[in-house]
Amino acid sequence: MSEFVTLTIDGKEVKAPKGATVLEAAKSAGIHIPTLCFLKDINEIGACRMCIVDVGARSFQAACAYPVSEGLNVITNSPKIRETRRVTLELILSNHDRECLTCVRSQNCELQKLAKELNVKDIRYEGENQEFPIDDLSPSIVRDPNKCVLCRRCVSVCNEVQSVGAIGVVDRGFNSTVSSPFNFALNDTPCVNCGQCIVVCPVGALYEKSSVEKVWDALANEDLHVVVQTAPAVRAALGEEFGYPIGTRVTGKMVAALKRLGFAKVFDTDTAADLTIMEEGTELVERIKNNGKLPLITSCSPGWIKFCEHNYPDMLDNLSSCKSPQNMFGAVLKSYYAEKMGIDPSKIFVVSVMPCTAKKFEAGRPELASTGYPDVDEVITTRELAQMIKEAGIDFMNLPDEQFDDPMGEATGAGVIFGATGGVMEAALRSVPYLLTGKDDENIDIKVVRGVEDFKEAELEVNGIKIKAAVVHGLGNARKLLDKIRSGEAEYHFIEVMACPGGCVNGGGQPIQPASVRNETDLRTERAKAIYEEDEAMTIRRSHQNPRVLKMYEEYFEKPGSEKSHKLLHTHYVARENYPEN
Amino acid sequence: MSCTGCCADNKLKELEKIIEKYKDIRGALIPVLHEAQELYGYLPLSVQKKIAEGLNIPLSEVYGVVTFYTQFSLNPKGKYKISVCLGTACYVKGAGEIYDKISEILNIKSGECTPDGLFSLDACRCIGACGLAPVITINEDVHGRLTVDDVPGIIQKYIDKEKEAKDQEKLVEA
Ligand code: SF4
Ligand code: SF4
Ligand code: SF4
Ligand code: FES
Repeated sequence: MSEFVTLTIDGKEVKAPKGATVLEAAKSAGIHIPTLCFLKDINEIGACRMCIVDVGARSFQAACAYPVSEGLNVITNSPKIRETRRVTLELILSNHDRECLTCVRSQNCELQKLAKELNVKDIRYEGENQEFPIDDLSPSIVRDPNKCVLCRRCVSVCNEVQSVGAIGVVDRGFNSTVSSPFNFALNDTPCVNCGQCIVVCPVGALYEKSSVEKVWDALANEDLHVVVQTAPAVRAALGEEFGYPIGTRVTGKMVAALKRLGFAKVFDTDTAADLTIMEEGTELVERIKNNGKLPLITSCSPGWIKFCEHNYPDMLDNLSSCKSPQNMFGAVLKSYYAEKMGIDPSKIFVVSVMPCTAKKFEAGRPELASTGYPDVDEVITTRELAQMIKEAGIDFMNLPDEQFDDPMGEATGAGVIFGATGGVMEAALRSVPYLLTGKDDENIDIKVVRGVEDFKEAELEVNGIKIKAAVVHGLGNARKLLDKIRSGEAEYHFIEVMACPGGCVNGGGQPIQPASVRNETDLRTERAKAIYEEDEAMTIRRSHQNPRVLKMYEEYFEKPGSEKSHKLLHTHYVARENYPEN
Repeated sequence: MSCTGCCADNKLKELEKIIEKYKDIRGALIPVLHEAQELYGYLPLSVQKKIAEGLNIPLSEVYGVVTFYTQFSLNPKGKYKISVCLGTACYVKGAGEIYDKISEILNIKSGECTPDGLFSLDACRCIGACGLAPVITINEDVHGRLTVDDVPGIIQKYIDKEKEAKDQEKLVEA
């Protein structure tokens, strides 16, 4: 039991656990204190001073960083406090590029909301407006420093959570900015394109490189057969953009919306996830049987792949050679599907809807074009899809539920759980016994690998063969585990890594929830519920039982790991420099 | 003789030694940067990269510290280091225009160095010579109560000085 202290906030007696901040204590008493830089568990540094309160000290204190103590008397609202907060905000706004109408974050912006809340009517200080160039050279991430409020959330997430450290605070005082070292474009840094910086940014200073116009153009081009695939995590979050509670599964409406946008066919990336399990499961079994390179590490997460290429070039052989489901599907569509439907692959335009900004980078990797055409032509995030649906005037809430199209059709429960941390591992473990022995075991709900603990482990024994598996999510956690493997301190057969904390459900392309929501709700857990719910509802829950995938092997790929599947469904990796030479 | 390859190699070894010395100490970054700056005169990308790798911290952190403290420099310093005081008193008396003029003549901005290595330019905070405002310093020399028109002459003086020294050298050699 933690100890409690009693303090007074605005004349009200409040009990709070020792070590809590004034902000937390006030929140529990129903007293709202405005904040800007604060983001629970990620950025608790008291940088912006928006949350100042009177604690009887010589100067006002930042409530988000000030600890409660016995008998403390806090005032959160007085004319002087309101005025001080407003001045702080006006100073931030005085050198902010205030073009709300054309800003990506308009109506979902914490700064805009704060200006309204604090009743800013006039900006009394005209700042010297430095104009910074916008960095849009990365295929995934755009940085607009003119919108940055220097809250440092992105720096914390990139450094502490992801252990990438591609951005930092540069210079001091009035000149300070958030940028890459030596002002390199993000594209020239070890940035892995995970987009975690985007989803924590309170304003429009970070956003995805949009492909919306390119997709509209393709849809309007009558010579093209434009098809779309949607990743499992998209259905678990898209609803948030249309007012559904977090964790609402909107699969049927999402499919209906995509059909109305004009896609010739709407497919489920889960089908390719099932295919991935067949290929990767077989790869694992072969490596174990033939003393191959172990641990085998999953390769579905392109942020993780780039991280490995930058930081663990000595371990590239541990990565599964399987393409990610998005790219497997692209290659299947431009080979098997093209042949089956009698469509010239040069006329097939594959769009992916992904919860992920790194998928944009992945789609552009030159080696991922095994048919001679890029596996995937354009990637849009969940946010961009919502944008298109709104732009097309589709009344999302009132859409009927519709089904994915044949010949790829419905996938399995194993495919859908790829969207949450532990899901790839669970899906694999549902099939590995079969791949080893030709028979299933009873295990279908492998709950030890579910949930958001930093590190999870599972063990499986089939025919006397022991398989030790580990699951990590968030690249900081991946780094810890890989360091142990490098040093020989830990040993596993199979490891799942997802770059984003919580896995794809919390990807950098997902709807952005403001700090006010994120401080209260664990998005990772809520969205994952939608995923596991869909898994439960499926009649088939093991990848190797997906009839369409089996048919694909029968008609085209022969068997997992065949020559044809190696040509189309597998890939290789390259060691990468962290920064340019000069 | 100016040195090239061997000298760079020696410096690199020196740098490795410096990193080695502080590696396991907490707060190693600042002392390492200090010694590295003494060694190289400034902290270019290659040096910062080496330090980041050696101390196992991201380059962004190293760069953040280098740009935070004014004593660290990203660019080589010239033989003649020009500092233009942009403190309030100097600023009010037109130091901004003086800075602009120098920048125009030498074609460099604050923090940069001319390609021949002769001049570097910095804008600095109040140096406490407000009575002389607007004021610039060139190495140890203080030039006060300046007007924009004084600037070309002052710079020319240093160029001439340099030329004389060169001619002298030639004479000696001959
Ligand atoms: S970041 Fe927010 S306040 Fe700034 S322009 Fe965009 S919407 Fe407006
Ligand atoms: S995308 Fe990820 S790696 Fe790149 S800057 Fe943002 S948080 Fe860092
Ligand atoms: S880019 Fe966004 S998250 Fe990063 S410091 Fe600026 S406002 Fe904060
Ligand atoms: S200082 Fe408390 S929210 Fe920024």
